[in-house]
Amino acid sequence: MKSLAELQAIRDKAKFELNMRKENPNAVKVLVGMATCGIAAGARPVLNAFTEEVAKRNLQDVTITQTGCIGICQFEPVVEIEIPGEDKITYVKMTPEKVAKIVNDHIVNRNVVTEYTIGAYK
Amino acid sequence: MYRSNVLVCGGTGCTSSDSLKIVEKLKEEIAARGLEKEVNVITTGCFGLCALGPIVVIYPEGSFYSMVKLEDIPEIVEEHLLKGRIVTRLLYQETVEEDTIKSLNKTAFYAKQQRIALRNCGVIDPEKIDEYIAMDGYAALGKVLTEMTPTEVIETILASGLRGRGGAGFPTGLKWKFAAANDADQKYVCCNADEGDPGAFMDRSILEGDPHALLEAMAIAGYAIGATKGYVYVRAEYPIAVNRLQIAIDQAHEYGLLGDNIFGTDFCFDIQLRLGAGAFVCGEETSLMTSIEGKRGEPRPRPPFPAVKGLYKKPTILNNVETYANIPRIILLGADWFNTIGTEKSKGTKVFALGGKIEHTGLVEVPMGTTLREIVEEIGGGIPNGKKFKAAQTGGPSGGCIPPQHLDIPIDYDNLLAIGSMMGSGGLIVMDETTCMVDIAKFFLEFTVDESCGKCTPCRIGTKRLLEMLDKITKGQGTLEMIDEMEELCHYIKDNSLCGLGQTAPNPVLSTLHYFRDEYVQHVVDKKCVAGVCKDLLEFSIIKDKCFGCSMCARQCPAGAITVTDYTAPGKKKPAYEIDTAKCVKCGACLPTCKFGAIVKG
Repeated sequence: MKSLAELQAIRDKAKFELNMRKENPNAVKVLVGMATCGIAAGARPVLNAFTEEVAKRNLQDVTITQTGCIGICQFEPVVEIEIPGEDKITYVKMTPEKVAKIVNDHIVNRNVVTEYTIGAYK
Repeated sequence: MYRSNVLVCGGTGCTSSDSLKIVEKLKEEIAARGLEKEVNVITTGCFGLCALGPIVVIYPEGSFYSMVKLEDIPEIVEEHLLKGRIVTRLLYQETVEEDTIKSLNKTAFYAKQQRIALRNCGVIDPEKIDEYIAMDGYAALGKVLTEMTPTEVIETILASGLRGRGGAGFPTGLKWKFAAANDADQKYVCCNADEGDPGAFMDRSILEGDPHALLEAMAIAGYAIGATKGYVYVRAEYPIAVNRLQIAIDQAHEYGLLGDNIFGTDFCFDIQLRLGAGAFVCGEETSLMTSIEGKRGEPRPRPPFPAVKGLYKKPTILNNVETYANIPRIILLGADWFNTIGTEKSKGTKVFALGGKIEHTGLVEVPMGTTLREIVEEIGGGIPNGKKFKAAQTGGPSGGCIPPQHLDIPIDYDNLLAIGSMMGSGGLIVMDETTCMVDIAKFFLEFTVDESCGKCTPCRIGTKRLLEMLDKITKGQGTLEMIDEMEELCHYIKDNSLCGLGQTAPNPVLSTLHYFRDEYVQHVVDKKCVAGVCKDLLEFSIIKDKCFGCSMCARQCPAGAITVTDYTAPGKKKPAYEIDTAKCVKCGACLPTCKFGAIVKG
């Protein structure tokens, strides 16, 4: 170790993983429906796409969790996004291809991607 | 990136209940479901709640699974990790509130704790230096080497008010200042990790859960006093700690955080391990250094103090593991921050190993000034089976017992001394009404008699004589004069012993004599042990009017001391039994067999 900058670089890299190891009330929650219906409709690739996208952008305050069936099986894969203090947004018929746009527009820039939401399908 | 982190406690308690097998099983089950790229399994240090081990915590949900069994793993992986459904049934039930799950930090055990020394235990993987660095590890070392002079470091530690966590409570900054003031071609930084008090495992948990914190702090100490070499004297009985320390040292070398020209400065520092062979006296500073030198671990008179002539007759500082664990935080957050925690004369926090008759056996870190009542009743969850609190023993074989009337005293170094105990390294053993205080004093004396190195007469012979008297009292052969004689002998041993071992060895006797003299007198005069512990003073008998004559006790008795009588109690169909006290070996086997409460001891 020759400098503080070198230490800082290791810290920044390792910190990302450790951030996932605490309860974080300010985190944006991505809930992927992973009941039988969700899994059958292809929720797992969607979940993985979220994980990859969040890691790629090094987003610190995002947690990705699974959730059960919310009762709209015909719209699976369903993803809900909860930003603390805001209404929960439900995206339906998700595909891995849609993930990048949601992360960029909704999670980072806080603009809901209306065309993917349940409202757009009804 | 992993979406889920599974933390499994790899501390001593959980390891002994096979948590490492749980790690294997988790990895196996996760791989079987193809989740190994999504879910990370981490072995951490101690979470503290050892009574509920093995412990598994899953983030981001923060689900706290307690007393996890190997056969629970497939269900946890299938339900929680694959399907995202928390297995509420297996959670620590205090975190479950109707449909919601309470944060662990809000449970009674954790709510009053403040973790400074244990900050990384149960959070990071102790075998990965990157994770320590992520928690601001080695930033304090970087700060002192690039921004502070050695004098400034010492001033900061002095101003923080940090006192030695090994027990005696000597101001750490002062120790460093003395050693820094002495010029020498070589100085040493030593760490006392020879944790020998029965029931204490604070240092062990820090070594196992956060070994880099110790290395960083020792390097800071080296810079402050002008030393280039450090030794960690650790018990060979702590294999996990030794292993993780060695891994940590190797990693620190690899990263250049130990070795030559650290952070590009001209500061060089190296640390080596020395294993202790299990002698309690080697926890005493002069013995410890003698032992590091490869000689028989015996104390020597002070002065000269180690700061003047320590290891290899060079200026040396010796601090305890927990003391060191506080240093990086103090450097990073400042002496003023540390000063806001604790009492006027004892700053910061103290880790206690809670044991004995207590619901939540484990490791707790609380601010100085927390009362014993808070620790026992709130954090510790009180005493099991509705029994009454009788005393708490702090300071191990060097400490004393704290009776119920002092439960509300804020715990710090000076208050504990004032009531005849001492902080010690932090073992805290809770006793209830079934504990005999004479027997406890005898237990600790047996320990010190065994562990006395034999170099000085007061300790070698004095403690032995003391034990003999205690033994007689527990056998009903004591006299009232003997109690006075014991007290006198205690003071003699205290005043004349060479080292801390002998000087504190009589404390368990003195404090029990002070607070529980009645119990000694009962043993001597009434030949009774109210707690029902001292076998020679016990008598088992059957209340004949309660006896149904079922013969269960008689069949259990290994000595054939229970026989049937010709007396049938009113309303009973069979004749009652009785115990022949001459034949009775007082094993107590009959007691649990009686469903009618007809057998009594006393």
